[in-house]
Amino acid sequence: MEESMQIETKVRAESGTESGPRGASCTLRHFACEQNLLSRPDGSASFLQGVAEKSRERLIRNTCEAVVLGALHPRTSITVVLQVISDAGSLLACCLNAACMALVDAGVPMRALFCGVTCALDSDGTLMLDPTAKQEKEARAVLTFALDSVERKLLMSTTKGLYSDTELQQCLAAAQAASQHVFRFYRESLQRRYSKS
Amino acid sequence: LPCHIFNVCFRTVEPLEYYRRFLKENCRPDGRELGEFRTTTVNVGSIGTADGSSLVKLGNTTVICGIKAEFGAPPTDAPDKGYIVPNVDLSPLCSWRFRSGPPGEEAQVASQFIADVIENSQIIQKEDLCISPGKLAWVLYCDLICLNHDGNILDACTFALLAALKNVQLPEVNINEETALAEVNLKKKSYLNIRTHPVATSFAVFDDTLLIVDPTEEEEHLATGTLTVVTDEEGKLCCLHKPGGSGLTGAKLQDCMSRAVTRHKEVKKLMDEVFKSMKPK
Repeated sequence: MEESMQIETKVRAESGTESGPRGASCTLRHFACEQNLLSRPDGSASFLQGVAEKSRERLIRNTCEAVVLGALHPRTSITVVLQVISDAGSLLACCLNAACMALVDAGVPMRALFCGVTCALDSDGTLMLDPTAKQEKEARAVLTFALDSVERKLLMSTTKGLYSDTELQQCLAAAQAASQHVFRFYRESLQRRYSKS
Repeated sequence: LPCHIFNVCFRTVEPLEYYRRFLKENCRPDGRELGEFRTTTVNVGSIGTADGSSLVKLGNTTVICGIKAEFGAPPTDAPDKGYIVPNVDLSPLCSWRFRSGPPGEEAQVASQFIADVIENSQIIQKEDLCISPGKLAWVLYCDLICLNHDGNILDACTFALLAALKNVQLPEVNINEETALAEVNLKKKSYLNIRTHPVATSFAVFDDTLLIVDPTEEEEHLATGTLTVVTDEEGKLCCLHKPGGSGLTGAKLQDCMSRAVTRHKEVKKLMDEVFKSMKPK
């Protein structure tokens, strides 16, 4: 048991990646990813991003179902278990990112990758991407989107609060721009992992 | 094979292909256009034992809403607010897909959706439900029971809830200073102050590209995704519910918004007619 823990730690140190300093245009917080840190499941990932349950599960499940090529694995059950280690806001988006990375790590065939982005609108209409828990609580509206990697189409959306049509389009555009950053990070961390092993 | 027997067989064996043939001609098997809603009817105040009630029919989909007002202690973190507790009940009565017992996933999701709509739209100021801060407040139990599930349950439930809330009459309550008991005056009743009128419009996505409004149960089953938009009278959105499914572009989303705004006008007009025709008590 101890040996395997040590090996795991070693693997974690080697395969863990951290995103570099953020670009001026993107306002997502710092995030990091570790893969293959649990030995028993077929694939696992932890997604650390920045510092209502059945419905959240359903949203994540439906998003995964939309991208996973289930027809290639008939009579198979794919269980995605998400354990929240800490919640510093934008929880659903973080869960979606972790789910996607874990599916990739497990080698499940998918038609696209997906990522989650949260947008908050405060009382004077200022847009904030990837809000902290405090910002979410004080915001007038919080919108969470799941976007696919191929055409940045909207796969899933769940919103809280009141907002106008134009604000929705602005948030969606901002989320689509931010998703580029997330997908680039996926690519880099996967490249780094597979170039070492 | 005679033509009609072939159609029935084809519909059973290849339902998606059968639907595609209609969608190519921009219509659906029941004769509706892609952006057309089913006949909507609403009946208000038919349940005498409830404080407010309504019955909404969207084609064959039938939802009944009964609201009971009871006393309760206000929450400790918000002593000047009351509660609104919605519950959607999907029983085997309305469709073969449901079993009796604890609420299944669809019922739980629908209940959560209605709770979110109430919260986001601020349809009622919860402060209006408070009788005595920290001590007594109204609790509105909203029971939405589906009598027939033929698709688009969310739109029907939202409409039923709105109509029932408009029908609710609460008696006047005074707190007797000496005995500290609540005295209810059943002869003096007043309507709730409904601040906004949220209306839900649901769409089904077919083959990742085509959007149809007000899906029937069969269409929901064949669809590759669903979307529900809830708007208020100013065109503001209080809910954009897209639980996974095929992706949509920003432009398609814009089309859905426009349809939702038109639908809001249709529903508001229907509700105004119904309430105007009711005799004041």
